[in-house]
Amino acid sequence: MAAEHYNYWVVVILMMAGFYVVIRARNLVKKIVGLNIFQTSVFILYISIGKVAGGSAPILAPGITTYSNPLPHVLILTAIVVGVATTALGLALVVRIHEAYGTVDDEEIQTQDADP
Amino acid sequence: MSGALLPWLVALPLLAVPAIVALDRWPNAREAASLLAGLLLFALVVTLWPEVSSGARPAWTLVEPLPGIALALRAEPLGLLLALVASLLWVVTTVYAIGYMRGHHEQNQTRFYAFFAIAIASTMGAAFAANLVTLFVFYEILTLSTFPLVTHAGTDAARRGGRTYLGLLMATSIGLLLLAIVWTWQLTGTTEFTPGGILAGHAGPGTLGVLYALFLFGIGKAALMPFHRWLPAAMVAPTPVSALLHAVAVVKVGVFSVLKVSVYVFGLDLLSVSGASTLMTYVAGATVLIASLVALRQDNLKRRLAYSTVSQLGYVVLGATLATAWGTVGGGAHIAMHAFGKITLFFCAGAILVAAHKTEVSQLDGIGRRMPWTLGAFAVGTLSMIGLPPAAGFVSKWYLLLGSLATEHYVVVAVLVASTLLNAAYFLPIVYAAFFRAPPPPAPGEHAHGEAPLAMVAALLFTAGLTLAMFFYPDLVLRLVRQLVGGA
Amino acid sequence: MTGSDLPVLLVIVPLLAAPLCLVLRRGGAAWAVALASSGYCLYAAYTLLGTVRAGGTLDYAMGGWPAPWGIAYRIDLLNAYVLLLVAAIAAVVVLYARVSAAVEIPRHQHARFYAALLLCLAGMLGITITGDAFNLFVFLEISSLSSYALISLGRDRRALTASYQYLIMGTLGATFILIGVGLLYMLTGTLNMVDIAGRIQGLAGNRTLLAAFAFLVAGIGLKLALFPLHLWLPNAYAYAPSVVTALLAGTATKVAVYVLLRFLYTVFGYDLAFADAFLHYLLAALAVVGLLVASTVAIFQDDVKRMLAYSSVAQIGYTVLGISLLNQTGLTAALVHLFNHGLMKTALFLALGCVFYRLGSVCLDDLRGLGRQMPWTLAAFVAGGLSLIGVPLTVGFISKWYLVLAALELGWWPVAVVVLGGSLLSVIYIGRVVEVAYMQPRPAGAERVREAPLGLLLPTWALVAATFWFGIDTGLTLGTAGEIAGQLFGGGR
Repeated sequence: MAAEHYNYWVVVILMMAGFYVVIRARNLVKKIVGLNIFQTSVFILYISIGKVAGGSAPILAPGITTYSNPLPHVLILTAIVVGVATTALGLALVVRIHEAYGTVDDEEIQTQDADP
Repeated sequence: MSGALLPWLVALPLLAVPAIVALDRWPNAREAASLLAGLLLFALVVTLWPEVSSGARPAWTLVEPLPGIALALRAEPLGLLLALVASLLWVVTTVYAIGYMRGHHEQNQTRFYAFFAIAIASTMGAAFAANLVTLFVFYEILTLSTFPLVTHAGTDAARRGGRTYLGLLMATSIGLLLLAIVWTWQLTGTTEFTPGGILAGHAGPGTLGVLYALFLFGIGKAALMPFHRWLPAAMVAPTPVSALLHAVAVVKVGVFSVLKVSVYVFGLDLLSVSGASTLMTYVAGATVLIASLVALRQDNLKRRLAYSTVSQLGYVVLGATLATAWGTVGGGAHIAMHAFGKITLFFCAGAILVAAHKTEVSQLDGIGRRMPWTLGAFAVGTLSMIGLPPAAGFVSKWYLLLGSLATEHYVVVAVLVASTLLNAAYFLPIVYAAFFRAPPPPAPGEHAHGEAPLAMVAALLFTAGLTLAMFFYPDLVLRLVRQLVGGA
Repeated sequence: MTGSDLPVLLVIVPLLAAPLCLVLRRGGAAWAVALASSGYCLYAAYTLLGTVRAGGTLDYAMGGWPAPWGIAYRIDLLNAYVLLLVAAIAAVVVLYARVSAAVEIPRHQHARFYAALLLCLAGMLGITITGDAFNLFVFLEISSLSSYALISLGRDRRALTASYQYLIMGTLGATFILIGVGLLYMLTGTLNMVDIAGRIQGLAGNRTLLAAFAFLVAGIGLKLALFPLHLWLPNAYAYAPSVVTALLAGTATKVAVYVLLRFLYTVFGYDLAFADAFLHYLLAALAVVGLLVASTVAIFQDDVKRMLAYSSVAQIGYTVLGISLLNQTGLTAALVHLFNHGLMKTALFLALGCVFYRLGSVCLDDLRGLGRQMPWTLAAFVAGGLSLIGVPLTVGFISKWYLVLAALELGWWPVAVVVLGGSLLSVIYIGRVVEVAYMQPRPAGAERVREAPLGLLLPTWALVAATFWFGIDTGLTLGTAGEIAGQLFGGGR
């Protein structure tokens, strides 16, 4: 039964990997990468549940009666856009942080902030 | 309908505030504004006297912030008594303060008179509160408006005293009193002051005991131990503040609230039947004794008076907790009797400070020769504290004794007798030393001093006179208080 | 501008006004656009509240597509109430921003600042008004992303790291919400909140449902700054520009409370949310701990903005506590506190903004003796502080009364004591500021400062007056809150 639900396993592994990177990485850019992985796992969750067994891609074509559910695809397109915006904003912040602190290492920044 | 007069009694001192602030640059006009407001207020309060004496209870509802709970005012005998005492003594204290603030070259006088007015307004509001929530509102406003008065001097010591003052009063009022009020609401669905009380049938004796304790400890202004420390801490304030607020307004609102809660929320019958007040009788008795013992050891005159106040407030609370008619009459009467006596004593302390620059009891040898009027008034106040005729304190103490004998609370009788002796022990030596000991040789450069400024002496003689008058005409007070217990 | 399109206009107007600000480039023009849109939103929110109070729940189908296939906006008394709060606070803050932003934000950023502000407003209004779960996520991200941008505009470089930290944590939270919505979609095939509620009937105990519930509550808890998920809040509030802090303090967490209530009561329903899961014990515990810990930490802060930020965490604890008590009084308390706290916290932060405008700092040391030189500003702060403490005649008292009453109705003594204890802790930290401002002399060598300009004082005092007004005339706030609580408890969806 586990094999049938391999999509959920993929989701869980990616989610945990992303989460781990966010927490563990010291480099701010890497944290954002981790965040992206985390978000991607959710995308896969949505899309994979939209697949209907035996259904084709959700594009109208003559002769095809079963389609995969298009709604998750639409939702995830929105979520991807949100993810891209978040990444862009995050990276912009990293650039500004680098200008202000001279580093993008989390612990060095904390050290700099701790000295008044 | 004279119910409409009630909100004006609260508003009048508040209206004086912008006048006082605006007249900042013209001290005489500013003081005149305070005096005028005070006289007008007293006159208006007096007009309520005949109505309330005849049994009428004029009322006025302001607004209803919480469903079922309105901010409302109602005149009843005890509240009228408090209002009369407070408004009369506001006028007297203003006269005194004029002498003190100028004689002592105090700063920020406008701020002083302005917050004084706000404090009196809140006292009026508390006196005429028709329910617990209204009482709580004005109780808190009183705490907040007296804080700048206590910390007036602006020194480090004033700040520390202010911190104790505000901290302790807010902690007890928010932590204990508010809890008690909400609990009462939850139990009964009302917070209105009703003759006979509102709690009968809503709670068992155990609950009533806890609730009563919450109320009495929560009313921190009654200075029940161990929540009394704010009173000596507030002695950093200028003497007019100590006099009016800590002989009259603040502490009297405290014990007044205790009496209102006992008579109108619990009801004397419920208290005596359920025994809910038994614990607090012991707490009050202990306060009376312990405070007197501490007073014995204080050399600073104002601190000695402060602890004496704690002890005397204990008398009023004792009267309430005895849950008998006589006890309540005694306690209620003591609100007035103690006020006149104590304010006299504080006025004298201030006069001694301004004229002779002395603050400690040990420095007062022979001072009676130079300041005979002042120390004479002090002697009258002392008699009142001890409870000897011909001073007012005798009357209230008499009723308290009757009340405790009637309910066979012999412990209370013992407490009353012991504290009388203790009062004598820490007050009479002062009077003796002042008149019969030789003054110490003057320090180099020290000038001979005479009496304090006229305004101060006039005020303290007036209040001393009142103290004597109340002994000869106690019915003025007693008739009002007797109505609380059905005209016994 | 027809009345029937008001729901969608409430979101579209600020959404379209934002790029307009960018196009206009000049700060003054952008401010005018922002003011016009937020003013319109206030008018619309007020009208909607009146309509809903009179006529019941309003349903609006976007683009004419009927629910549950299309996105539906559903306005009942709960969202109308929160909409009014958000719109009112935003309008006051935009009014204030003209003068304040001039000092705190570089000139060339002004137009972008107002654009981001409008996007944030659009996002928050959208969250509150929508009846579609995924739509809620989208608006949540819109408002969050614009908040990250707004926070990073602070002058201190730590605003950047605060914004980054908030970005990471906020995105994690929003993604949790997304997962929760996804799981619900998986179960029911629909995204319309009311439809979901109908379809999960009888599914109690279903593991997917419980997982969705857990993810949603965790995600919302992070946005709510519920202890211990509050770590982003103190830094974000402390280093953001004053205007931004004021706006966020009064709206962002309140909208998160709304989302929590919407999911708990409307989507999942009382039985699933509380009876089966032990959520109320968890929420109550976290709320109590959060309120005590945050209040205590606030006492030791030297930066007054940080102090108030921790105070906000504590106040959110009060709100969540009210919800977790599971009686109608508790819910009324939470709802009325939501409104009241929005008013008082924003007023406090606006007052601090006035101080910052003149001093360039809000450290306790620099505030010494300021009471004499900026009397109106500090008086506004004291008034807001009295409300935090819960002095009667202020809004704070009304909230405290209901919270204590709710606890006593359950017989939960310790909770009542904790609520009052929290008030006493606020006495300490407000007292610190009062002491420093009024009872200490100005630091030696400090320049004399003038009172803040009217452009800052008037909006501040408008909100302060509101904290007194709604503490005395509680018809609108308490009346509506009571009605909402009654509806939610009566199973009204």
